[in-house]
Amino acid sequence: MPKSKKFNFSRWWTKLNVKYSIGLSLILVVVTTVIYFVIQPNILRPGQLNRLLTSNFRTWLPVILVTIGQAIVLLGGGLDLSNGAIVSVGNVILALTVVSPDEPGKNLLMILAVIGFGLFAGFVNGFFAAYLGLQPVIITFATSFVYSGFALLLLPTPGGAIPREYTSIYRNTNLIGFPITLIVIALVLLIWTFFRNRRYGRFLYAVGGDPSAAYTTGVPVTWMKISTYIISGLLASLAAIAYSLLTGSGLSSSGDDMTLASITGAVLGGISMSGGAGSVVGSVFGGIILGNIRNIISALRLNSWWRTLVNALVIVIALAGPGLFNLIRRKK
Amino acid sequence: MGDTNANALTGTKKSKFRLSPPLTALIVAVILFVLSGLLPNGFNTWQTAVNQGLNILRLASFIAIIGAGQTLVIISGSEGIDLSAGSVVTIGALMTYMFINGSNDLILPVLLMVLVTGALVGLINGLGIIFLKISPFVMTLGMAGVVQGALILWTKGYYDGEVAPIMTRIIARDLVFGIPGMIFVWIIIGIAVTLLLTRTRFGKQLFAIGVNRQTARLSGVNVTLMVVMTYVIAGALAAFSGFLLVGYTQNAGPNLGNQYLFPSIISVAIGGTQMSGGKGTYFGTIAGAIVIQLITSLLTTMQLPQALQQIIFGSLLLGILVIYGRDKSLRL
Repeated sequence: MPKSKKFNFSRWWTKLNVKYSIGLSLILVVVTTVIYFVIQPNILRPGQLNRLLTSNFRTWLPVILVTIGQAIVLLGGGLDLSNGAIVSVGNVILALTVVSPDEPGKNLLMILAVIGFGLFAGFVNGFFAAYLGLQPVIITFATSFVYSGFALLLLPTPGGAIPREYTSIYRNTNLIGFPITLIVIALVLLIWTFFRNRRYGRFLYAVGGDPSAAYTTGVPVTWMKISTYIISGLLASLAAIAYSLLTGSGLSSSGDDMTLASITGAVLGGISMSGGAGSVVGSVFGGIILGNIRNIISALRLNSWWRTLVNALVIVIALAGPGLFNLIRRKK
Repeated sequence: MGDTNANALTGTKKSKFRLSPPLTALIVAVILFVLSGLLPNGFNTWQTAVNQGLNILRLASFIAIIGAGQTLVIISGSEGIDLSAGSVVTIGALMTYMFINGSNDLILPVLLMVLVTGALVGLINGLGIIFLKISPFVMTLGMAGVVQGALILWTKGYYDGEVAPIMTRIIARDLVFGIPGMIFVWIIIGIAVTLLLTRTRFGKQLFAIGVNRQTARLSGVNVTLMVVMTYVIAGALAAFSGFLLVGYTQNAGPNLGNQYLFPSIISVAIGGTQMSGGKGTYFGTIAGAIVIQLITSLLTTMQLPQALQQIIFGSLLLGILVIYGRDKSLRL
């Protein structure tokens, strides 16, 4: 794309901002990455870049996946506060059942069960929020309590051990020079782009932008909305699998922090909280920005008492970003 | 928004006789109380029944006082909610515990400081919600993290202090006729909040902005000020309940308040306050708090795990939303 003769940077930039609204997040990705590289002194050593890519993306993948799901729900005009709890349930199920590498059949079944739970939980959210027409925020808040209660019921104390054979595949595999986690993200984006460019994508943006108008033009609004929650549930279950492979153990509160992170990531990625604007690629950028910021914070070697506060402040400031931007622009 | 508009229309139309939600909640509370008496280790004489009842009321009072702020915020509409209440309760409790440190003279200055801190958190919530257009769920959830982070930074995991003797005498012990002082505090707050909602301009304007912010603004309500004020009051009330709570428990820890957050929200919902705003009573929240406390006590006596309680509360909220909260305007 950049090598084209008729390439016009300013037009390309405008399109990036107006059509995909990812210009700002792209800048933030670059800026945070550069800052991170600057504080990381031995970045130029051979092999270091790949090692960093592997270690970073395997840590970020769960959050990036839930962020993509959240972005799709937000695009459809909803909000999913239960995706973190779905991650917790999936993580707990895997930690309890996938214990031996000698039973591949059973393990595969459990992975499918986790995905099935994600789809089901998403459907429940969608049913209440879209089919019954209740407020999505409070509904998913309520279901998040049910799901995380379920996770706590299954695994009251942290435990479980996922076999090293599986975790090392996730942690260290490189395919064609890229870490497997990056390939997963690329695949998810590819699949999404396929749907985005077809009827589903057009319908989704229509529903998020103006549901009544979409309804009158024959878009199945309810089903479109339900589908976004199902997708979010599916991606949360994939995130659960990734998280379980990353940590190798189970924790009933593993997804708690992911809910707010997914919203923040989506907002950083240029997704509008009011629906119908933004792009899913942006949400991946948002996840990367969050990951970079976390890395920068930990590279600064802050006093550990500061860590919770700084992380929370980063979230709030990131959420405030678009609003501040609009406020300043309106004042001018 | 179109949905709040239609709420106003359906809200005022009451053709058939129906049991009002607060009354229903009260009846449920009585039934639950009688049921709990039938349990093996329930009460068997009038005296124990009265004691049991007073104990339930005292425990419910903490939920209900946090619920007071929650009621105001939820009535204010636009998906208003205060998820930072739990952390604010904790910080209020810890400030009381650590600063008063057993001295009666310090009660008033520390109480003032606690209220200001709560109000400050509420102020930030309100400003973020109204000026930066952050969804109340997301904003207050983010602030919950910030408060928690500040708490960790301030205490550094070291909680040492003591409650003042006067506080213990008033809040924890019986004041007159064997009725704990906490109940009187609750009655005063109950009357004050009910008067605030029904007899003042603030109350009238609160319902107005809850039904429809646009029309409220056009009829001369200072919506910005109202929203910010509401969150400030909610924050101060949450901090005040922290103050009361520590007077009762005589002990404070880093997670003291979080267990009250969900009960406070769900008791508002049980009391028939519409989660989309514009309609509700504090009396309902009181009834809801008693119901929630009864359920909690029942589950505790039946020795059910915490996780199951969480699942039951979550499902309960879902059920209530389905019964009361149908948003009819956007049935697509």
